[in-house]
Amino acid sequence: MRRFILRRLGFAVVSLFLLSVTIFFFVRVTGDPAVLLVEPGASQADLDAIRQQFGLDQSLPVQYGSFIAHLARGDFGQSFYYRTDVLELYLSRLPASLLLATVAMVFSLVIGLPTGIVAAVRVNGWWDSAGKIFALLGLSMPSFWVGLLMILFFSVYLGWLPSSGSGTLLHVLMPAFALGWYFAAAHMRLTRSSMLEVLGSEYVKLARLKGLPEALVIGKHAFKNALIPVLTLAGINLVLMVNVAVVVETVFAWPGVGRLLYEGIAFRDFPVVQATVLLGGAMIVTVNLIVDVLYAVIDPRIRYER
Amino acid sequence: MNGSRAAGLTLAWRFAAFRSEGFPLLPTLILLTLALVAIFANVITPYNPEIGSLGDRFRPPVWQAGGSAEHLLGTDHLGRDVLSRLIFGARVSMVVGFTAVIVAGLLGTGLGIVSGYLGGWVDQVIMRITDTWLALPALTFAIFLAAIVGPSEMNIVIILAAVYWTRYARVIRGEVLSLKERDFVRLAIVAGCSKRTIMRRHILPNVLNSAIVLATLMLGVVIVTEASLSFLGVGVPPPKPAWGLMLADGKKGLMAGYWWLTVLPGCCIVLMVLAANLLGDWLRVKLDPQLRQL
Amino acid sequence: MSLLLDVRGLSTHYVSARGTRVTRAVDQVSFALEEGETLGIVGESGSGKTTLALSLLRLLPPAARIVAGEVRFEGDDLLRKPAAEMRRIRGKRIAMILQDPMASLNPLFTIGDQVAEPIRIHEGAGRRGAWVRARELLRAVRISAPELRVREYPHQMSGGMRQRIVGAIAISCEPRLLIADEPTTSLDVTIQAQYLNLLRDLQRAHHLAMIFITHNLGIVAKMCDRVAVMYAGRMVEGGPIRKIFNAPAHPYTKALLESIPRLGDGRARLTAIDGQPPDPANPPAGCAFHPRCPRVMDHCRKEAPPELVVGESQTARCWLAADRR
Repeated sequence: MRRFILRRLGFAVVSLFLLSVTIFFFVRVTGDPAVLLVEPGASQADLDAIRQQFGLDQSLPVQYGSFIAHLARGDFGQSFYYRTDVLELYLSRLPASLLLATVAMVFSLVIGLPTGIVAAVRVNGWWDSAGKIFALLGLSMPSFWVGLLMILFFSVYLGWLPSSGSGTLLHVLMPAFALGWYFAAAHMRLTRSSMLEVLGSEYVKLARLKGLPEALVIGKHAFKNALIPVLTLAGINLVLMVNVAVVVETVFAWPGVGRLLYEGIAFRDFPVVQATVLLGGAMIVTVNLIVDVLYAVIDPRIRYER
Repeated sequence: MNGSRAAGLTLAWRFAAFRSEGFPLLPTLILLTLALVAIFANVITPYNPEIGSLGDRFRPPVWQAGGSAEHLLGTDHLGRDVLSRLIFGARVSMVVGFTAVIVAGLLGTGLGIVSGYLGGWVDQVIMRITDTWLALPALTFAIFLAAIVGPSEMNIVIILAAVYWTRYARVIRGEVLSLKERDFVRLAIVAGCSKRTIMRRHILPNVLNSAIVLATLMLGVVIVTEASLSFLGVGVPPPKPAWGLMLADGKKGLMAGYWWLTVLPGCCIVLMVLAANLLGDWLRVKLDPQLRQL
Repeated sequence: MSLLLDVRGLSTHYVSARGTRVTRAVDQVSFALEEGETLGIVGESGSGKTTLALSLLRLLPPAARIVAGEVRFEGDDLLRKPAAEMRRIRGKRIAMILQDPMASLNPLFTIGDQVAEPIRIHEGAGRRGAWVRARELLRAVRISAPELRVREYPHQMSGGMRQRIVGAIAISCEPRLLIADEPTTSLDVTIQAQYLNLLRDLQRAHHLAMIFITHNLGIVAKMCDRVAVMYAGRMVEGGPIRKIFNAPAHPYTKALLESIPRLGDGRARLTAIDGQPPDPANPPAGCAFHPRCPRVMDHCRKEAPPELVVGESQTARCWLAADRR
């Protein structure tokens, strides 16, 4: 087990390294990075100063070295707009995004899991067809459009829910639903197919041969096995949600890291953009690692793998 | 469960062609119509989509009070005709969508074949890059790239291709790995064919199926990403009409109840994505049952 | 000795999704089994053996339907029973062992949990009592150190052990009938004999009747009292094992017996049966075996032979047998 964890850890470190290289590479490959690192409307003198400050006239490996050194110290630069340390800014916005993502995940599982299970158990039935339609719509409707429609309906027409901002439970409902909608469809689909596969397995057949009540066959034997891939996906999706919530957060003016990214591009605040992408990617790599390890805990087969 | 209701729903379902036997007539027709609209946009549109008359702002669609037959689907905040913008938006979406998907496909399939077949350090390098890029969510990555190069239609296509090729590479590589073990490839090796020839004549045609299926499935995703980028302002730049951009503009009028500026462009997006997804699903089942796990 | 199981005219059909193709997986099969007896069901793949077994327990996939017949178990027709009663019979009065023991056991639950489960469900035993019984059962199927094993998981066991565990599950509630569907096919040859001996001992100890489904005539010879030979869903011959092995009435049975290679028999070539097994959805007209039969007659191509009695409790579906009488 320990070797397994170490191996995964090694992969994660390599991924993080490659991530930083990718970001570094792209910033520099497209021309003059000084233009990005300087505030809009700066003079030539400013550009030169920036070049000096960031060592942009030095060789690439040296630049990369100092880049990594900065990152390791937690120095992601300064935001032009907010005039504060970017890392601090990011971390201050992160809780809001996590809250949103968690509520959205709850929505997606509450809708997706039971629907998927029922669709599989009553395969090709009415519920299954309805589920397929729902899945298709969920995967085809952009989440921000769902958000906009909800604002139109619940804020403008009905006046029940606030259309922007945060603070109360009412504020989080619509953005969470809009964000979770797509994932509910994805989770439903996966639950259904996973469940179908499990229901066709030999051990489920044996469970029925044992004369177990159908509820036990499905609830105990099928469910736990079917859940594994779904939970794996859900874990990864949680972090994904934090990152792709850019548009939903913008629509609802939700003060999370997604909105921060939007502000970064709207105000041409490049350090913010770069940091958001780096940190977002790092988060995903980390969560993938955690999920892999948790997987080993749930599934005894992996635990004993040499 | 009422028998006729179930039958009705199944009929509707079959018509929308989710069943693997039925050719998805409706989705294909939708895509063809959209393509035709996009191609003949200049001819069909009643007005210039980029110019509006400020005296005519925020007109609702014809069926609502205040609407007129002059602007069937109303006008936006600059007085531009919504229908014309939707039609030209179709062109933008189709062009960007198809081009990005094809470029990503070419790049991804090519690299997937090379990586899978040659193995060794080439494989390692390509796969590490692929994995890392796959770890980055597409939208975030695309926004990052757009922030660096600046928005333009061409840039968006390049960015989308750069972000999405990895999806192809992964899948194609997997297929190539199993194809490598097949007898006809081994025979070719024994017969002395060069690696390049084998990749071109034996491997490529066999992965084409998967590539096509992937392309169709990716189309929907790419269109939504493009719409998201345009909505955020880093996609297709104004005044060119992109559906995502229309949604961004529409948001301004949302609180005032100008619903058509939000609902209509969104419906177009959903229509196109839905059709692409249905077609892709059908292709997936039809062309290769092994791909069902995609 | 009373009739434990009396099957008459059982027919199970598979209907394709569009309702167009009907496959007669089991066609008018009849046989009987007494308490403590062992019946072997022999046939090639696709002959309907597994469908037959699943039909007895009414655990068919949704595409399959039992269209005719009677299955009298201890006097009652199982086909007429409500679902809830069938559930009580499964595992408790009739048990079944499947072919692949690794796939039969749920990888996420311990051995103890899975063996104790039917005891808890059918006999309402509490957790502790059931686990004690589970340990005893593991001992009965000759698994060493059962106290340790009950806490372990299926993937930690060897193939032979897993199949024994499946056996333990099967006998846990003292059933009257055990159906074994190719239980040794996935075991190593060296383990097979051990396992068969175990089954025989269990049978004697618990006065179990067994239905043994296999394609291996050697096992049938060793384990069974009676045999039923299946071909294309029909039972082409059935009867006591000695009689059938010594004087098979049906050409197919004869060919099966002849195709077994025997040491020292001096033949240069192995005997195989010409042709291919029939497509279950599209069987030949008349007698399904006629395209491959060395003694085919004109009549065989036109009309399928009914079940004819050829000896004491021995039947065969062959027009040749009609002459025999």
